[in-house]
Amino acid sequence: MNILKTTWLAAMLMLFTSLAQAADLTIEITRGSDRATPIAIVPFADGDDMPQDIAQIVSDDLERSGYFEPLERRAMFERPASSDEVRYGDWRALDVRYLVAGRISREGDEYRIQYELMDVSGESRMIAESVTAGRQGLRDAAHYISDQIFEEITDIRGAFSTRIAYVTSSGVGDETQYALHVADADGRNSQQILSSDEPIMSPAWSPDGGKLAYVSFETERPAIYIQDLASGRRVRATSFEGLNSAPTWSPDGRRLAMALSKDGQPEIYVMDIGSRDVQRVTNNSSIDTEPAWSPDGRSLLFTSDRSGGPQIYRLDLGSGEEERLTFTGNYNARARFAPDGEAIFLIHRGNNGYQVARQDLESGRLVALSDAGQAESPSVAPNGTMVIFATQQGGNGVLGGVSADGRASFRLPAAQGDVREPAWSPFLN
Amino acid sequence: MQLKPHARILAIALSLAFVAGCSSTGGGQDGDLTGSAGGADRDGVTTDSADGRGVSGERAGQRADADGRIPETRTIYFEYDSDAIRSEFESVLTAHARFLQNNPNASVVLQGHTDERGTREYNLALGERRAGAVERYLNVQGVSPSQVEVVSYGEERPAARGQNEDAYAQNRRVVFAY
Repeated sequence: MNILKTTWLAAMLMLFTSLAQAADLTIEITRGSDRATPIAIVPFADGDDMPQDIAQIVSDDLERSGYFEPLERRAMFERPASSDEVRYGDWRALDVRYLVAGRISREGDEYRIQYELMDVSGESRMIAESVTAGRQGLRDAAHYISDQIFEEITDIRGAFSTRIAYVTSSGVGDETQYALHVADADGRNSQQILSSDEPIMSPAWSPDGGKLAYVSFETERPAIYIQDLASGRRVRATSFEGLNSAPTWSPDGRRLAMALSKDGQPEIYVMDIGSRDVQRVTNNSSIDTEPAWSPDGRSLLFTSDRSGGPQIYRLDLGSGEEERLTFTGNYNARARFAPDGEAIFLIHRGNNGYQVARQDLESGRLVALSDAGQAESPSVAPNGTMVIFATQQGGNGVLGGVSADGRASFRLPAAQGDVREPAWSPFLN
Repeated sequence: MQLKPHARILAIALSLAFVAGCSSTGGGQDGDLTGSAGGADRDGVTTDSADGRGVSGERAGQRADADGRIPETRTIYFEYDSDAIRSEFESVLTAHARFLQNNPNASVVLQGHTDERGTREYNLALGERRAGAVERYLNVQGVSPSQVEVVSYGEERPAARGQNEDAYAQNRRVVFAY
């Protein structure tokens, strides 16, 4: 009964808040990769005024990845709309490796986008495809095109059609308002899915992309909730005495790892979502928190201060064996696996403050990726090419992104207030 | 130190009056006071987030008399990366311990906080450790564990904004919320 009432209220809150247009985040590229491949994305010939600049969205996507360096439009002295119109020599002279051209026609309420990808040096066509979308689906269509181009050239699946969840806060002291949002991976199309005058923390995507688990203090105690994104329905998964924190989904979507302190100090537990049974998997007198599943679901990373300061450990769920992974510096926390399981991304404190770092598991070598600052909450793109994280800019919390090799970076500031705790969705298509 | 019998009766009466005021403004439907352990039965969503704010219970009934008064100082501060009680705050803790012993119907939530440096979920655990250190101190002084609850907010509810040591120092704290 209580859950039902809670759900209904949540739905009402969502209706209320969706009326107020949430401010989107806006991408700012802060550093391009020096190894980026030059590409030209020619503005698509569209005839009419288009509600979205498809070629610009594709260009921004590819640039943000750090893999590509799009040619500026003002440097394009010809604008082919199809491969027939391309004079390859002209583009070679601009040192462009790849070229994208396209045209858009309108058929009733639908837009038909025909685009082609060309290899400039080979003078060959790599992709020719037609995509149809309604007005509301144009940005999705653009991200789809980015995914196709990215995969064709890099052999890595594109992650531009994914989403991010994040937490915002505005106001100070007792007047602070907290909210949980979901937006496209480029920060646009943001939707507020929960608001509260108590803290919201630790959003985590289910592996099918349909649900978020998170921590909310709305009862003035931390509790873990699971919310269905399509319906807005939610349930309270745990509200034990003490900490209920840091939920993360197992790769099969059937279990949640979390940190609870119901038995004393914070320990890692695994909950079977179906039965709600909770099993304790760590046991010592220090803090154990921030669990993260390995891609194969057989082990968990977690942060523990059993050695004095926080360090990353790996727990084999089958054998129960624990192994310390980080030895560089005296503060390493909140690790997440790369999708291939061969590296971890974490927060490392060194001479430059708190930075996102990558540690190769075989060599044990740790490399800082983000700029000096106060990075938190790294979350890895499902294709492993980028990490999104929270940082500070001008005294406000903003989201930052950095390529997995550290060469390219971007920021996603909000118009106002603080943004933090980004969580990158799995592949959604 | 024990109160004289008549003062003690007064203190209990005042604290009961305080508790009554607390529960009526705190919005509890069943007269339950400041949240028993877990608090899981309270209505989930903060309905006041959309249509106006509820009055929070901790602001109510702060004025009482003589020894029935909740100690004035309700926040103590910590050094960086430490849960040690600083000697300058021992008298504050002793005063709260005495109040709670003299008012067995009163209860307090120890809200643990950290500064913003480091990761949020680890800081949540550190905030709990800080509040837990205060809880143990009170228990050693004879306060019943049933009167004390720990809730950590980590770095989620800063008292001061800013990336400087002054703000950090104000944020590393435990608040007594009656």
